[in-house]
Amino acid sequence: MNNNEYILSYPVFDIKKRGEYTVLIPSFLDSHMDLLAGVLERRGYKCEVLTNNETILVREGLKYVHNDTCYPATCVIGQFIDALRQKEDVKKYALVLTQTGGGCRASNYVALLRKALENAGFGNVPVITLNLGDLAHCQGLKITLPFLLDMLAAVVYGDTIMYLHNKTRSYEVKKGTSDGLVVKWNNILRKELAEGKASSFSQIKRNLKEIVKDFASIELNVTNKPKVGIVGEIYVKYSSIGNNGLEKFLIDEGAEIMIPGVMGFLMYCFANGEYDRRYYRTKLSKKIYNTLILKIITIYETMLRNSIIKNSLFDPPEKFESTRKESLGIIKHGAKMGEGWLLTAEMNELIKIGYSNIICAQPFGCLPNHVCGKGVMNKLKELHKDANITPIDYDSSASKVNQENRIKLMLALAREKITKKEEEKV
Amino acid sequence: MRIGVDIGSTTIKCVIIDDDDNVIYSSYTRHFSHIKESLLSVLMKIKEKQDVDNEVYFGMSGSAGMGIADAFSIDFVQEVYATRVAAQKYLKNVDCIIELGGEDAKILFMDHGLEVRMNGTCAGGTGAFIDQMATLLNISIDKMNDYALKHTKLYTIASRCGVFAKTDIQALLNQGASKEDISASIFKSVVNQTIGGLAQGREIKGNIAYLGGPLTFIKALRDSFDESLHLNGISPTNSLYYVALGSALCATNKKSISEIISQFETNKTKETFAFNEPLFNNEAELEEFRHRHSLARVETFPLEGYDRPLFLGVDSGSTTIKVVLIDEEKNIRFTKYLSNKGNPIEVFKKVLNEIYNVNPNAIIKGACSTGYGEDLIKNAFSLDGGLVETIAHFNAAKHFSPNVDFVIDIGGQDIKCFKIENGVISNIFLNEACSSGCGSFLQTFAEALGYSIEEFSKIGLLAKKPVDLGSRCTVFMNSSVKQAQKDGATIDNISAGLSMSVVKNAIYKVIRVSDAKNLGKNVVVQGGTFYNEAVLRAFEKELGIDVIRPNISGIAGAYGAALYAISLNLDKSSILTKKEIEDFKVETKNYNCSGCLNHCSLTLNKFSNGKNYISGNKCEKPITKKSSDNSLNIYSFIQEKLMSYRGLGGKRGTLGIPLVLNNYETLPFWHTFFTSLGYEVHNSGFSSSKLYISGQHTIPSDTACFPAKLVHGHFEKLIKENYDVIFYPCMTYNIKEGISENNYNCPVVAYYPEIVKNNVNSFGNTIFIRDYIALYDRRVFEKKIFDILNLRIGGFTRKEIKKATELAFREYDDYLSYIRNKGQEIIEKAREKGKRIFILAGRPYHVDPEVNHGIDKLISQFDVAVISEDSISHLNKKFATNVINQWTYHARLYSAAKFAVDNRDVDLIQLVSFGCGLDAITSDETKKILESNNRIYTQIKIDEIANLGAVKIRIRSLLEALKRREHNYE
Repeated sequence: MNNNEYILSYPVFDIKKRGEYTVLIPSFLDSHMDLLAGVLERRGYKCEVLTNNETILVREGLKYVHNDTCYPATCVIGQFIDALRQKEDVKKYALVLTQTGGGCRASNYVALLRKALENAGFGNVPVITLNLGDLAHCQGLKITLPFLLDMLAAVVYGDTIMYLHNKTRSYEVKKGTSDGLVVKWNNILRKELAEGKASSFSQIKRNLKEIVKDFASIELNVTNKPKVGIVGEIYVKYSSIGNNGLEKFLIDEGAEIMIPGVMGFLMYCFANGEYDRRYYRTKLSKKIYNTLILKIITIYETMLRNSIIKNSLFDPPEKFESTRKESLGIIKHGAKMGEGWLLTAEMNELIKIGYSNIICAQPFGCLPNHVCGKGVMNKLKELHKDANITPIDYDSSASKVNQENRIKLMLALAREKITKKEEEKV
Repeated sequence: MRIGVDIGSTTIKCVIIDDDDNVIYSSYTRHFSHIKESLLSVLMKIKEKQDVDNEVYFGMSGSAGMGIADAFSIDFVQEVYATRVAAQKYLKNVDCIIELGGEDAKILFMDHGLEVRMNGTCAGGTGAFIDQMATLLNISIDKMNDYALKHTKLYTIASRCGVFAKTDIQALLNQGASKEDISASIFKSVVNQTIGGLAQGREIKGNIAYLGGPLTFIKALRDSFDESLHLNGISPTNSLYYVALGSALCATNKKSISEIISQFETNKTKETFAFNEPLFNNEAELEEFRHRHSLARVETFPLEGYDRPLFLGVDSGSTTIKVVLIDEEKNIRFTKYLSNKGNPIEVFKKVLNEIYNVNPNAIIKGACSTGYGEDLIKNAFSLDGGLVETIAHFNAAKHFSPNVDFVIDIGGQDIKCFKIENGVISNIFLNEACSSGCGSFLQTFAEALGYSIEEFSKIGLLAKKPVDLGSRCTVFMNSSVKQAQKDGATIDNISAGLSMSVVKNAIYKVIRVSDAKNLGKNVVVQGGTFYNEAVLRAFEKELGIDVIRPNISGIAGAYGAALYAISLNLDKSSILTKKEIEDFKVETKNYNCSGCLNHCSLTLNKFSNGKNYISGNKCEKPITKKSSDNSLNIYSFIQEKLMSYRGLGGKRGTLGIPLVLNNYETLPFWHTFFTSLGYEVHNSGFSSSKLYISGQHTIPSDTACFPAKLVHGHFEKLIKENYDVIFYPCMTYNIKEGISENNYNCPVVAYYPEIVKNNVNSFGNTIFIRDYIALYDRRVFEKKIFDILNLRIGGFTRKEIKKATELAFREYDDYLSYIRNKGQEIIEKAREKGKRIFILAGRPYHVDPEVNHGIDKLISQFDVAVISEDSISHLNKKFATNVINQWTYHARLYSAAKFAVDNRDVDLIQLVSFGCGLDAITSDETKKILESNNRIYTQIKIDEIANLGAVKIRIRSLLEALKRREHNYE
C-alpha cells in the first residue's frame, strides 16, 4: 500500500516562531474566549478571537466537513475557513483548537480540521491543539505548570462571569448593564492575564471579589420567571453559533437561565480518571494523578463559591463533589464518553435546585447523548413529577422555527406552573 | 367573544366562540404557503359574514403563526398547549390525545399534569407524508381511505421517515402489490411511527381522542390506530379545531379585526433571510444559456411509414417509464416519458401498442431495458437484454461527449453519478435512501405551493435573492422553507433557493466534492430534473463550469438502452408482437418466502407468454427452488456458528443474553462463561421486523442507529421468556487487537445497557445485570466479574469464576479463529475458481440478517465470494491513519481496506448503518485508503429498510466497472 499519498502531511506549528503568527480562536463561550486569548498572549502568541458571521461560516463548514459529522465540527471548522478566506496573508495565521479525548467521535476534530484545511487550500496553516485528555500530546503549545494554572484562572473567571451574568441579565432594571459588565471584565482580565497579573491565588481572590461586587450592584427587579437550565453537548450548549442564539431567545421570552460552568466539565474529565481505577483497575499512579488535579481545581472552585457567598446575596453554584453524586441510581460513573454521566447529574441537580425546566441541547445524532441525555429523560421524569425537559437537536438544517416552537411549549408549561403556585399562595 | 386562529404547515383553521365557549363559527382553509394572503381572506370573511364584535379576544397558534403573531403583537399560544387547554374544556375523561397535523405528530398524556411527545426533526408519518404517498399512488386521500378499508394484507413499510417509506412503497409498486394493501400499509406505518416513535416507553391506554386533519378525514387511519392500540378511540366534534379553540381560550388581549386587517394590508415583512447570488442577472444571460444548451441534441423524425430497422430502449424507473425507439442513425423515431402510475407493465403495454398502431410494420431489431423495473419489463415483454442503469447512462453520455469525465443523473427518486477514467467507470455515487433532493422533491414542493413544476422553476430563474436553504432531506426542507417565508422570502426566491439546494445536495452530500476540478472537464448531466433550467444553471454556478445537457436528458437511460440494443447486432428482436400484446395478461400473487431467515416478501408475476417473474427476492432460492450456494459467503457460516450456542440446562437457573450490538461477537464468550457457572444460557436469536416493532415503544431516542433500536425488541422477547438473570454489560472498551491506538467501543455500543435500564421497566423478578466490565485484561476481568456476580446474585467462588473465565476466553479465541480460518478457506477456494472476493465490511452486528437485509446473499448471487472484515483484519500490523484509530471495530475496517489494497482480486464494500455517527469519520478514511491506491470505494447505507434496488444497481455497476478495469489492466 502506498502510504505517502494516503497520509496527509501538515505543517507543525513552530513554537519558536510564535511571534510571527496571529492565532485565531473560535468563538465558543462569550465569557471565556478572551480570557483564553490572554493566557496565550502572556506566552508571546498574538491572538484574535473570531466573531465572523454565522450563516456563511456554516456554509463553508458544510462544504468541507462530512455532513453527517456532528454539527460542532461543521461550525468550528466553517468558522476557521471563513475567517481565513477574509485574511490577506494566510501565512501569518495559525489556528487553535481544544480537544477532548475519549470514545466519542469528537476526539477526531483535529483530524477533520486538517483535512478540511487541505481541501480548502489552507493546508499550510498550522493548527495548535490543546488536548485536555492528553496534555502530553498538545501541538504548538508547551504545557507547563504555570500555563495550566493560568488556564484554570481563566476558567474560574469565565465561569464566575457567566454565572453572575445569567443571574442578573433577566432581572436587571436597566437593560444591558449585565452585558456591559461581561465586556468590561473580559477586557480587564484579558489584559491582566496577558501581563501575568491575574493568576495568583491572591490576585484571583481580589478580582473575583470585584467581579461579584460589580454584578451584585446591578439594580434588579426580581419577578417570578420560568427558570430554565441549559445542558447538553458542550459546544451547542454554550455557543450561540451552534444553538441559534438560544440564550438570547430564552431571555427575550422572559426566562431566567442557568448554564453549568466549564469547571464542572474539567473536573468530570479528571474524576473519570478516578473511576477508571474502580472499573478497570487502571494504574494507581494514574488515579493519584487525577485525584491530585481534581483537588487543585477544587481550590479554584472554592474561591469562586466563597467570593459569591461573601460578596453577594446570590446562591453559589453547587459543588462538584455534590454534583457528581447526582447521577447515582440513574447512570453509572462508567459512562464517560462525551458529557457522559455529568450530563445526567447536571439535569438531576438543576431540577433539585429549582431549574426544573431544562433544555438538553445536542447536535443531531449525538452519540453519547442518546444514552446520557435522551436516554435518561423518562427516568428523570419518573423521579421528579415536575421535571419539564425538552431535548433540542441542532444541525445545519434543523429549522429555528421548529426548535423555538418546542421551547415555547416548555415555557408555556413552566408559566402555567408559576401561575398555579401563585394561585395556591393566594 | 373570542377568536382563535391556528396556522399550520398546510392549513389555516379559525374558530369563533361566544362568551359561553360555544363554537359559533369555524373555517378550514388550505393556504398553499401563501400565508399572509390566505389569512387575510379568512379574516375578511369573518368580518363580512358574522356578527362579530370589533374588539375580540384574539389568539394565534401554529408553527407558521409564530412570526405573524410576533409582528402584529397578537397573543401567541403554543399549539400543544392550546390543544390541552381546549381538551380540558371540551372533552371529559380523556386520558390521551393523539393529534396528527400537516407536518407534525403529537401524543398528549393528560394525567399528572401534561406529558407531551412531539415528533423529532427527523420524522415523517404525518399529514404531509400521507399526501405524498397519495400522490405517489396517484389517488386522492378519500380513495386511499376507501382502498385501505378493503385491504387483505399488510406490508412492512419503514415508518421512521417519509423518504424511507417512499422507497419501500416504490418497491412494492414495482412488484405489483395491490393499492388496497399498500394504502392500508401506509396507514399502519403512520400508526407504528406514532406509537413506536412517540410514546417512548409510555403505554397509550384509557380514553383516547383523535384530533387533527388526517385523523378527522381518514377513517381507515383511525381504525388502524384502534386496532394497534386494542381500543376504540373517539373523533370528537370540532376535532380539526382544537388548537384554534385553545388559542381562543388562552387569549388575554382584545384586538380589533378591522385593525388587524388594515395592518396586514399595509405591512411589508422585512427580508431577513440569507440568500445566494441570483441564477441569472438579466434576460440576456438567460438567452445565452438557452442557446448554449440547445446545441447538444438528437433529432427526432417520424415513425409513421418508416421501414428501416428500429431499436427500442426502455428505462423503467421508480416513478416513471421512459421509452425510446431509434433508427440506425441513432435518430429518435418515437419517444414517451410517462408516470408509471404504480403499474409499469400496464403502462408499457400501452406504449408498445401505440408504437404498433403508429407503424404496424415497424421492424424492431433489438429491445433492451434498464432501471429498477429492468427485469420485470424484460421478462414480461420478452426483450432481448437488460443493462444496469449506470451503464445505460454512460452509453448515452458518450454519444454526446466521447471523452466524458463525469456523468450526473438526477431522476425522480434517485441521483446517480459516476466518474470515468480511461473509458471505464471508476467511481459511482448514489444517493442514500435518506437524502432526497431529487426531481420528486422539487415537484412535491411545487405542488404544495400550488404550482406545476414547470411554472415553479420558471419563476425562480430571474429571482434576485435566492434563499439559502442548505441541503437536507425533505422533512428538514419543509421547515426551512417555512422559516424563509416567515423571514419574508417571496416565492421566486424560494423556487430558486430550492433548485440550488437540490444541486448542493448532489454535490456535497452525494458526490462529496469540495472542488469542481475533481469532476473533470467534460461533465454531462442527465435525468429529467435537468430540464429544469434553474437546477441546470444552479449546477453550473455551483461548480463554476459549463456542462453538457443533451436535449434528451430526461430519457437518457432509455436512449442508452437503445444504443445497447444496436450493439447486440440481432437479426430480430424477441419482443412481443402486435398480436401477442393483444393477448397479453399478467397475474400477480404475493407471498412470503420461507427459504431462510430473511423471509423476503415476494411478488410472483405470471405472464401470458408463460414466463414467471418473482420480485422482492434477495437470492436465487425462490426461483431455482434450490438452496442457494453459500459456500463462499462467510456470513452464512457466522450465522450458523452463532446459532449453535444453545442452552444445555444448568443447576443455577436460566440466563438470557440479548443478541445485540457487540454481543454478536461476545456471545461465545458469555455463553461459555455462564454455562460453565451452571446456567442454562439462552440468547434472543436473530432479529426480525416483528421483534423490532415489539420493542419500539421503549426507544427513547429515535435518531439512534437501527442496530441499537433493535435492542428494545430483544429485551421484550427475553423478558417474556422469563429468565432468572438477563446479562448485558456496559463495555467502554473492547478487546485489544494491536491494530489501533485505543480499543474503545462507540458510545452507543458501550452504554446501551444504561438505556435499557432507564427505559425498559418490566423486568419483574428477573435480575438485570448491566455492570461495567472489560475483556482486554483477563486478570482484571476475573476479579471484577467475581465482585459483580456476588453483588448482584451471590454464591460464586473464586475457583468457579477462574475456571469459567479460562473456558470463556478459550472459546472466544476459538470463535475468532473460526472466522479467520473460514475467511482464509473462502479466499483460497475463490482463488481456485477464479472468483472475485468482496469484503463486506461492517461491525459484528451486521451479521444479523435483519440488520444486513440479506445483502451478503445479494452479493453472493453475482458469483463472487463474500468475506467479513473481522476474518482478515488480523493479517495487518498497525499502520498510520489520518484520523485517530481508536475504536476496535473500526480499526478492523481500516485494516480490511488495506488488505483489499494489497490484494488485487479483493474489493471492499462498507456497510454503514444510518445514524452511525462514527461512520461519518471512518467512511471518509476508508475511502481515502482505497482511493489513494486507485481502488474503488463502495458504501451501502442501511437502516430498518434497505433500498435493495439501489444496492443491486450499485453492485452491478461495481462489477461492471471492475470487469472493464481488469480488462484494461491486462
